[in-house]
Amino acid sequence: MKYQSQAVSKLYFIAAIGLFVAQILFGLIMGLQYVIGDFLFPAIPFNVARMVHTNALIVWLLMGFMGAGYYLIPEESERELHSPLLAKLLFWVFLVAAALTVVGYLLVPYATLAAMTGNDLLPTMGREFLEQPLLTKVGIVIVALGFLFNITMTVLKGRKTAISTVLLMGLWGLAIFFLFSFYNPHNVVRDKFYWWWVVHLWVEGVWELILGSILAFVLIKVTGVDREIIEKWLYVIITLTLITGIIGTGHHYFWIGTPEYWQWWGSLFSALEPIPFFAMTVFAFNMVNRRRREHPNRAATLWALGTGVMAFLGAGVWGFLHTLAPVNFYTHGTQITAAHGHMAFYGAYVMVVITMISYAMPLMRGRAANSNKAQVIEMWAFWLMTISMVFITLFLTAAGILQVWLQRVSTSPLPFMAAQDQVTLFYWMREWSGVAFLVGLLIYIYSFFANGEDAPKAS
Amino acid sequence: MSGSFTTSAARNIFFGGTVFFFLLFLALTYQTEQALPARDNRQNLTPQVVAGKKVWETNQCIGCHTLLGEGAYFAPELGNVYVRRGGAAGGKEFIKAWIKAQPTGVPGRRQMPNFHLTDQQLDDVAEFLKYVSEINTAKWPPNIEG
Repeated sequence: MKYQSQAVSKLYFIAAIGLFVAQILFGLIMGLQYVIGDFLFPAIPFNVARMVHTNALIVWLLMGFMGAGYYLIPEESERELHSPLLAKLLFWVFLVAAALTVVGYLLVPYATLAAMTGNDLLPTMGREFLEQPLLTKVGIVIVALGFLFNITMTVLKGRKTAISTVLLMGLWGLAIFFLFSFYNPHNVVRDKFYWWWVVHLWVEGVWELILGSILAFVLIKVTGVDREIIEKWLYVIITLTLITGIIGTGHHYFWIGTPEYWQWWGSLFSALEPIPFFAMTVFAFNMVNRRRREHPNRAATLWALGTGVMAFLGAGVWGFLHTLAPVNFYTHGTQITAAHGHMAFYGAYVMVVITMISYAMPLMRGRAANSNKAQVIEMWAFWLMTISMVFITLFLTAAGILQVWLQRVSTSPLPFMAAQDQVTLFYWMREWSGVAFLVGLLIYIYSFFANGEDAPKAS
Repeated sequence: MSGSFTTSAARNIFFGGTVFFFLLFLALTYQTEQALPARDNRQNLTPQVVAGKKVWETNQCIGCHTLLGEGAYFAPELGNVYVRRGGAAGGKEFIKAWIKAQPTGVPGRRQMPNFHLTDQQLDDVAEFLKYVSEINTAKWPPNIEG
């Protein structure tokens, strides 16, 4: 760690991992409700568990991005953070807001929560992933703007690099597109159309800029390859991302009341969306192969390579599987979508945040890398979580194919619940894979506490 | 990557490509807005439908169900539920009776909470689902089961 103020990111990383655990626990509850329908009913209905599961994910990834930003920006800018105090203050605001929101979800009926938190003033709640009360949404905007102010000032006063420029563009884009969460037209078609300006333009747009810059930063550090080469790759990757991903939004505009020409635009451009992810995989492996130093943190290198591969599989391959309109006609809104969502989020965003944590955390704890023992434990966690996620995805895909066949393709289509009853076996296997994932996560957390005598000191 | 392809060239292609495709996206959005009135059933967007959408949202129906294929995959598609449950011949009555009868309490089955909706709210949400079922969705879903 070169600058004292980078240490603020430790808070963000610790909270991110804590919320990650909450996300997985609620995921397991939902997985069980898929097979034992009345599990925890009425205390935690499925919709409540799902809100906690998805919202915890979003918040912990945002915490991870912010932590990454606070760590990376001073080092890239070669100066201390503009205001470490503001970073700490915003952390507590964000954490308390997130905690209160989750408590609200769990303890208060959603309609009551909406009435209590001013949803009548500006109705924004009750839309997938944007369920947060108005107050929480405003809180997110304030935290995001404070964060952006802090890191932008740092960049402006210091060295400007491609990595910090791309990261800033991604983060500013994140904040700007989130503003569409305040726009909720009465017209369902227009509501859905602009809802994707938050959801799609985040995860298949600006978030990929954040992903690319974090990955590029860690690769420079662990491989020692020339910045010039890595930054060129970064620009190529994000160019491919945005020229495919922006019009690729059209793959959500097939069946929601929008004109049919979107089937062409959406299919063609989103069919190209795997290319930037493939480029990212090639990039990661290429840089590691051309490494000019043997960095002692092998675990971080493993996470970086894993991000490339799993993002390509989850976002690229599993996205392509159902993105062409004639296929999507049958798969839209089934477990196929869930399969893709799980592996894409894990492979791209969960793994890149862990890559950053894996690289930065030892440095913040005064070592160049963790002890060999701790790294081996962390690598076990990598494999257990990653393989479990592969199986979760495969079982959901199997469930999805059966669901599509029984409910939508068969000459005598079954009603929704009758089709669900036929795929229970796969839901059970998904749940057990989820348990294995939790074990992997617990091992990951344990790796932070595993001692070893041989941890190399930070220079 | 070859020596003649510099980082600043890569950066310029990035900015140029992004601006071009974002402008194209805006143009397509404008065209879509022009085309929507003929497709999105806005002539039936009555105050009751607007109220029904709010009932839909404030009870977080999307947390279990899909609506035009978007949402959670725990419970049936509701974009066409009005048609599936009888349309003009009792679709709304079915929807209202169903919501009122929840939860079923059958052991081991997926349960829908009782949201304690008033008769007015039940009418509103049923009218909302009728309105959604009349949106032109390019013939999706493939069949009545959603």
